[in-house]
Amino acid sequence: MDAFNTRIEQAQAEIAAAASLEILEALRVALLGKSGFVTAELKALGALAAEARKARGAEVNRARDALAAAIAARRAALEDAAFAARLAAERTDVTLPGRRGERGGLHPVTRTLERIADLFARLGYARADGPEIEDDWHNFEALNFPPQHPARAMHDTFYFGDGRLLRTHTSPVQVRAMSGRRPPIRLIAPGRVYRSDSDQTHSPMFHQIEGLCVGEGIGFADLKGTLDAFVRAFFERDFEMRFRPSYFPFTEPSAEVDIRWDDDSAAPRWLEVLGCGMVHPKVLENCGIDAERYTGFAFGLGVERFAMLRYGVGDLRAFFENDLRFLRQFAS
Amino acid sequence: MKFSENWLRALVDLRVDRAALVHGLTMAGLEVEAVTPLGDGLQQVRVAEIVDCQPHPQADRLRVCRVEAGEPSPLSVVCGAPNARIGLKAPLAMIGATLPGGVAIKAATLRGVESQGMLCSARELGLDADASGLLELPEDAPAGMPLADYLGLPDASIELKLTPNRPDCLGLFGLAHDVAALFDATLRPPPLQAVPAQSTARREICLEAGADCPRYLGRVIEGIDAAAPTPIWMAERLRRAGLRCVNAVVDVTNYVMLELGQPLHAFDNDTLHGDIVVRHADSSERLILLGGAEVALDPQFLLIADDHGPLAVAGVMGGQSSAVTATTRNVFLESAHFAPAAIMGRARRLGLHTDASHRFERGVDPELPARALERATALLLAIAGGRPGPLLRAERTGDLPVRAEVRLRRARLAAVLGLAIADGDVERILRALGMQVAADGEGWRVRAPARRFDIEREEDLIEEVARVHGYERIPALRPAGELALVADSEERLPVNALREQLAARGYHEAISLAFVAAGQLETWQAAEGAVALSNPLSADLAVMRTTLLPGLAQALIANGNRQQTRVRLFEVGRCFCAGTDAPVETERLAAIAVGAADAEQWGAPARVLDFHDLKGDLESLLALGRGVGEFRFDAEGLAGWLHPGRGARILCGGRTVGAIGALHPRLLKELGLDIDVYGFEIELEPLRVRPLPRAGELPRFPGLRRDLAVEMPQDVPWAAVAASVRRAMGTRLVEMRLFDLYSGQGVTAGHKSLAMGLILQDRSRTLTDEDADQSVRETVAALQRDCGARLRG
Repeated sequence: MDAFNTRIEQAQAEIAAAASLEILEALRVALLGKSGFVTAELKALGALAAEARKARGAEVNRARDALAAAIAARRAALEDAAFAARLAAERTDVTLPGRRGERGGLHPVTRTLERIADLFARLGYARADGPEIEDDWHNFEALNFPPQHPARAMHDTFYFGDGRLLRTHTSPVQVRAMSGRRPPIRLIAPGRVYRSDSDQTHSPMFHQIEGLCVGEGIGFADLKGTLDAFVRAFFERDFEMRFRPSYFPFTEPSAEVDIRWDDDSAAPRWLEVLGCGMVHPKVLENCGIDAERYTGFAFGLGVERFAMLRYGVGDLRAFFENDLRFLRQFAS
Repeated sequence: MKFSENWLRALVDLRVDRAALVHGLTMAGLEVEAVTPLGDGLQQVRVAEIVDCQPHPQADRLRVCRVEAGEPSPLSVVCGAPNARIGLKAPLAMIGATLPGGVAIKAATLRGVESQGMLCSARELGLDADASGLLELPEDAPAGMPLADYLGLPDASIELKLTPNRPDCLGLFGLAHDVAALFDATLRPPPLQAVPAQSTARREICLEAGADCPRYLGRVIEGIDAAAPTPIWMAERLRRAGLRCVNAVVDVTNYVMLELGQPLHAFDNDTLHGDIVVRHADSSERLILLGGAEVALDPQFLLIADDHGPLAVAGVMGGQSSAVTATTRNVFLESAHFAPAAIMGRARRLGLHTDASHRFERGVDPELPARALERATALLLAIAGGRPGPLLRAERTGDLPVRAEVRLRRARLAAVLGLAIADGDVERILRALGMQVAADGEGWRVRAPARRFDIEREEDLIEEVARVHGYERIPALRPAGELALVADSEERLPVNALREQLAARGYHEAISLAFVAAGQLETWQAAEGAVALSNPLSADLAVMRTTLLPGLAQALIANGNRQQTRVRLFEVGRCFCAGTDAPVETERLAAIAVGAADAEQWGAPARVLDFHDLKGDLESLLALGRGVGEFRFDAEGLAGWLHPGRGARILCGGRTVGAIGALHPRLLKELGLDIDVYGFEIELEPLRVRPLPRAGELPRFPGLRRDLAVEMPQDVPWAAVAASVRRAMGTRLVEMRLFDLYSGQGVTAGHKSLAMGLILQDRSRTLTDEDADQSVRETVAALQRDCGARLRG
């Protein structure tokens, strides 16, 4: 019996020391396999007397179960170690940059323009559009600029030989959108406009957004409320704002809107950000709308102006130089 | 318009300070553009007289002056000004003064000579930009008097940015009317009494221009001294309004124009012949203007003429031959009313913009000519002497502008503003602005004063009430009423989705000017149909672009010059082309690329950009809309800018909608580029069509994959191969993937090997291997027939 126990103890030690799954499997075969040591002991029980067989049988079975458990435990340990070793070997440098990861971006003017159009879409303003090469009627006359009127001198206009012109503002879209339609009308018309003026603060091409709201019972107070909400929403800031009387031939009363701009670079100052007013009844009449029944307001703003303030762009010309070093700043 | 604050205050009894005045003007629609304070810090500056002036013993440029400045004995002052001389009256900053620029005056010794103060230029005193010498004061300036008292300082130059509807404020007294209404102040009119005639000198005035000139007043004044000095108070007011002194006559006419808003003109009476006629020019007439420019006239121009011909372009500028000079003895003063429509645009046609035309084309009060003429006469007599003749008056009263009665309805006022203003306030505001107001049941009947050309209809009155009442008192509300749900069609791809897609693939959006040089379009062989501006800013910006690519290429080159080697740019914008009626505007999207296929990185070998990189970028856009399969690429009939072997037309529905490829090497050379550049340009509209997805039944039976490798002549296009496979396999082919394209060793010279994966599936049953093999055999046969292909082992 001592020899059996000694052998089992030795086997336990071998299992505990097995360095690999292969060695462990060889041990299992040698101990518990068909012709293994323990199996042979079990087979040998048949030769014993009943009494002795019972006692001996219990002992061998116990030893077999203990060995099986030891082998299973050792296997689990070896598998865990192998898994850990694999994981350890599979380390990568997570700080290396990802593959093919260069993103481009949208132009800051597009970004600003889309944001403004989106804000107004939430108030029910549909997008409208018109040609950039306009005729005198839509750009001037229908908007109550008579021929030769000094108000035209406020618009340095590019002309074509046939009398057509590059639109100097997005306001002609008002005329196109209102002609043949009945209020209520709420529209926003973003687009490119042109003035023959070029220096640090003027580009011969720039972007405007025109807004128009015509219906019954629309008053100057509604204009104030709408623009007030818009400017605060756009800049995500609370501003002191003021509506200052001004003059545009196609609105009356007219106003310019100033905001109290306060950044770190300079003392707080009033900045003019947009022009607006109640749609002039002559314009409504020119578009076939009953100016007695309907009133409305219109506003126009310079997209570059808003982009400059929003993103801290100092020079208007940067928008049209397409310098990648400038554009990359707007990739996010 | 620029003016002296003190002058305005002389015309209206204002009890508010400068800041309140400036704010009030701005908030009433009379925007103050600039305020320049004048004469602050002049407490210790005096009028001084140079009584002796000797060269400095140690310095060529300096002089040593003895100066009488009200001290017990003359002061010694060292001075470098070129105009320092005995007898000159000039400002002296006393020891202890701190000038507006911050200079503190101390006793000093200059090269060994003591200096007890500083004689000053206008600039040193912050009065003017002139630093060429000492500010020369009139001979009668009292030495020792504080300079500020003498010049009427402190004061400020206030500059207004007046809108074209307010010509009534182009004269200070007109502005004073608005100021009086805004601040509830009392007007102080300048003296406007009639001057009695002292002679019978006269000229006949004939009005022959109908309604264009309904009123013309004149007066002959004889025996003036045009060289008489303009008094300092007038010279200072003119200077603070931005005008220089010329001579007594011109200064007086300018002064009255600034004060009352009525442009005047003075002729040298001795140069006139016979009657004064106001008439339209005829096309043969010419006139040499003040300043010497000769202009050709036509019947659009209104003229002042005499028996010998044109004297002046009415309301714009006088002629040289009748101009007043310092030697003029007798003048004929003109004070007339010209209709705005008769003057509008005329100065611009002559390349001019004058103080007179600026006012007349906007509208000058028709009641002003008489007052202005009396005022000018009185001032001229006081300064230059002379004997006035009688006031001469020619009028067509029926043609004078009449201010119509305008109704203002209480309800309309409230509706347009969104605010009800008390009746009493409305009436007070309108009356303060000089309107005649009569209440009627629904509101008021209002007649504007003659000076207000901008009051024609109800909205004009609403604006007046609102601006004086104050825009800030109108509440901020949100429009009520029905709110339409504005939805864009799901079948229209937003342009921004295309932009975002390109941005995700590494492209930056560019915005280029829409006008280019004509030659640039020729370089791109894209000049056909280009529309040209008649007044471009420069030859580089003379025609409207017909394509976006030249602008992008220019940006690419500019970025290349800034060491940007890998450039990806795109632009969305309109291109313009002459049409049968109006020019046609087409919205397009274009992209341009140069540099390695991928951004430089560790994870993939560097690869040269090629056609299919660009095509992949383009296809990623097509896939957002109607799908890649709806577009065809054709290597024939290419635009001139494309490399003949590496370019394609893009077709959609049988129509060419764009082009893609490498820039032609010849074009690259002309652009000064020695690197391959790829680009595409496509109309936006076909990209934006996005059919609504329709969910179909999913296949119930498994598919089978067969890989096929075939060899065929190099010039067989993939499109022909794909078409042949599709025809042969029919509807069973659900997917086809080209996974290898090879030529070289192991492939016959001039041939290429294609390997493709084909997924077969049947809707009604499970395909067997035999089905698939049969299909493949038929396909190989078809490829052999259609493309000269053979199966590779």
